[in-house]
Amino acid sequence: MLEVKNLHVRVDDKEILKGMNITVAPGEVHSIMGPNGSGKSTLAQVLAGKEAYEVTEGEVTFQGKDLLDLEPEERACEGIFLAFQYPVEIPGVANTYLLREALNAKREYREEKPLKHVEFGKLARDKMKALGIGEDLLKRSVNAGFSGGEKKRNEIFQMQILEPTLAVLDETDSGLDIDALKIVANGVNSMRDSGRSFIVITHYQRLLNYIVPDFVHVMVDGKIVKSGGKELAQELEEKGYADF
Amino acid sequence: MSVDLEKLAQEEYKYGFVTDVEQEIAPKGLNEDVIRMISSKKNEPEWLLEWRLGAYERWKKMKEPRWAFLRYPKIDFNDISYYAAPKNNPRPKSLDEIDPEIKETYDKLGIPLEEQKMLAGVAVDAVFDSVSVFTTFKEKLAEEGVIFCSISEAVEEHPDLVRKYLGSVVPRGDNFYAALNSAVFTDGSFVYIPKGVRCPMELSTYFRINAENTGQFERTLIIAEEGSYVSYLEGCTAPQRDESQLHAAVVELIAHDDATIKYSTIQNWYPGDKQGKGGIYNFVTKRGRCIGRASRISWTQVETGSAITWKYPSCILEGDNSVGEFYSVALTNRLQQADTGTKMVHVGKNTSSTIISKGISAGEGQNIYRGLVEIGKNAEKARNYTQCDSMLIGDRCGAHTFPYIEVRNSTAHMEHEASTSKIGEDQMFYCRQRGLSAEDAVSLIVNGFCKEVFKELPFEFAVEAEKLLSVSLEGSVG
Repeated sequence: MLEVKNLHVRVDDKEILKGMNITVAPGEVHSIMGPNGSGKSTLAQVLAGKEAYEVTEGEVTFQGKDLLDLEPEERACEGIFLAFQYPVEIPGVANTYLLREALNAKREYREEKPLKHVEFGKLARDKMKALGIGEDLLKRSVNAGFSGGEKKRNEIFQMQILEPTLAVLDETDSGLDIDALKIVANGVNSMRDSGRSFIVITHYQRLLNYIVPDFVHVMVDGKIVKSGGKELAQELEEKGYADF
Repeated sequence: MSVDLEKLAQEEYKYGFVTDVEQEIAPKGLNEDVIRMISSKKNEPEWLLEWRLGAYERWKKMKEPRWAFLRYPKIDFNDISYYAAPKNNPRPKSLDEIDPEIKETYDKLGIPLEEQKMLAGVAVDAVFDSVSVFTTFKEKLAEEGVIFCSISEAVEEHPDLVRKYLGSVVPRGDNFYAALNSAVFTDGSFVYIPKGVRCPMELSTYFRINAENTGQFERTLIIAEEGSYVSYLEGCTAPQRDESQLHAAVVELIAHDDATIKYSTIQNWYPGDKQGKGGIYNFVTKRGRCIGRASRISWTQVETGSAITWKYPSCILEGDNSVGEFYSVALTNRLQQADTGTKMVHVGKNTSSTIISKGISAGEGQNIYRGLVEIGKNAEKARNYTQCDSMLIGDRCGAHTFPYIEVRNSTAHMEHEASTSKIGEDQMFYCRQRGLSAEDAVSLIVNGFCKEVFKELPFEFAVEAEKLLSVSLEGSVG
């Protein structure tokens, strides 16, 4: 589904990714762990198409397409979703409004009819309950005045509505208490199936107790230095990154 | 993406067509003869002609104001024609008598003049160049005692009211453009709401400039008697032409005890082309007097058109406990310039005013907020809240803020908040990551930015305003 080969990326003349490789097959959950500044979030942003990042070498293929050739919105419509580490606030734009526009943009891309207000409302309400999201959160401006936990739950809620093929979760666990963490993890687990893949970026092994990955990768200084199964996360938790 | 944007940029002003209709146009230039001609065309009484000539005398001695933060070539006032009217039956009694070309024009603009086709609950006065061509729902409104007609008709039918109030808010020598308007005003709307009446419909005037090399100088007068309520909306468009055209209007509002006037504007005059050629020069004086106790005047404006905008809808809060409000969205794209804001003059006790201004600059547009809050020495416990936000799209545009505050009474309570933000790359990326195109993302973010103002508009027009904003923003990213 996703193949990243020898990816080199610069930001402001500084090389952040230095030959990154990762292959994700349908249905797999990959976790990327690593110390601060190792380039984990950069990878997430590059996959989503952030313009400030300059790809100097390498290639990224997503479902047979050259991902780097696509605009951010085309990538989204092709099925890539990024749960942001820091979801931005958009004052005056109702949360539900952005989401309906987004869903309908995606449906239009696939040449499907847009969802009507009523249909969308029903869909949203079905998903909300499980995530403990209230009606008021839908009506409020996107992320404006949301608590840290509300922002993260909102990202997962958006993911559930948009039903991506590949979801990249960028430190979705940071700033969450244990109850919120479980809610978020359940939200992710309920979407796991043979056709959908996840890349879970995190500092802590804690999240991986709830979202159990198929593969764990250790990223240091812009590339993956070690890969393994879920037990690797446990090992990292005990020993830290000092050995790499 | 750039290819699509170019395409969009070319079709962005949708109202730029010209109506082919036989018109009577006054020769270019301004002198007493032209004023006498206009006055006699309209069968005006002697006092009004004298009033016009007096305004002209003052105007001749005045200098064009240049204090605004605007750059434009000198206007040659003798190169403008001051009167243009369709030849066929300029004041039809029924819809059948209207020139079909003109009727079609309004259909194209989305303002059908047939009452059954209208938005439910909106009465329209349609002004075409210098004359009002039709007013809908007049009979229905008359049942409630509401007068809604063109100002020319009001001069004939209700001369006492016109004489009493004309110039009582904006005196004929008030400023250069108001004096010019007072000398040559041709048409506009007149509204009178009797005591205790809540006007049963939205009233609206649709201004259309059509003729070439003419100016539009309309004058609107709204009087709300004690305890009455009216919501009024004006819309405006003009053909796409290479030469700039002058629009210098005057609007006067009078609110008596406990009366409320809500005045909304959706201004979409032709803004000029990409090189800044053509477009309307919009020099407008709008002012309301809250004469009565607890009266209220609320201005809401959405300004997306014109090459040059010079406009400061104001409230004089004379009555105790009166309220003035100003909600504004001004968008400048390409080479548009807008110097706009308000004046809130607090005279009475416990008067309060609210100013919410949202300026959006894109392309090479320049957006200026200019506001004055004046608290007089007898205005005990006056309150003002001002919020002034600017948003920049791209790095070639500008936003400027000139807030003036003059307080002569120590019991006043003033609040002022201001912000300038660049449309966030992060906000854009967030929306695009969710699947929205760059264009849609800008329009979504900007509409969110303007929410507080749009919610003041009557519902149908709020939807219209959002669409208009999106269209005006086309070509602003990429």
